[in-house]
Amino acid sequence: MVAEGTIVPVVDAAIVLVVLLNLLCGYRAVLGPTIPDRVVALDAIATNVVAIAVLFAIKTGRGLFVTVSLVLAIIAFLSTVAVAKFVTEGDIIVMQE
Amino acid sequence: MVELEAIRTWAIVGLVVVGTFFLTVGTIGLLRLPNVYNRMHATSKPATIGAVAVFLAGFAYFGPGGAGLSSLIGIVFLFLTVPTGAHMISRAAEQTGVPFLGSVTWPGKSDDE
Repeated sequence: MVAEGTIVPVVDAAIVLVVLLNLLCGYRAVLGPTIPDRVVALDAIATNVVAIAVLFAIKTGRGLFVTVSLVLAIIAFLSTVAVAKFVTEGDIIVMQE
Repeated sequence: MVELEAIRTWAIVGLVVVGTFFLTVGTIGLLRLPNVYNRMHATSKPATIGAVAVFLAGFAYFGPGGAGLSSLIGIVFLFLTVPTGAHMISRAAEQTGVPFLGSVTWPGKSDDE
């Protein structure tokens, strides 16, 4: 197959580069001045991890990891919404009186 | 048939390179921009475009079968959820009192206060 020899080195380089980008996002997540800064940095890290899962699926040829990336995207969205609501309200689940 | 395979290979490589470039742009914006709102703009739009390009590379690799269809669903999911999350983070930042830069105001509050 013609494809394998060209695709795999490019995808390997892309995975290494996105991992380094994740480390840089971790710098902003640790040293961010305010709490929304950290939330934005963690959201960017989650987006990069989704991209890493798809790149790994392309590298190994297993379509299962695309589904893994979908689950990671759902977890990222739910955590972002939950932390934003927690920062605003102080509680996430409130009992109705 | 060989030419079609070569076109598919170059499409996958090009989409992976474009996606990695946009993810790099988003991370540089996250590190370099001065405010929460500007950083949120940098991470929501270019990082989403980068992840969508990587998903399109997955669609070009796996074809219109099971995993390729999951990639298209991932694109739709990212376009639905990332602006929603960014809007909720910006509203939470405004309500907790993160200051704006210069003469920037929240929409609807410009004339009253």
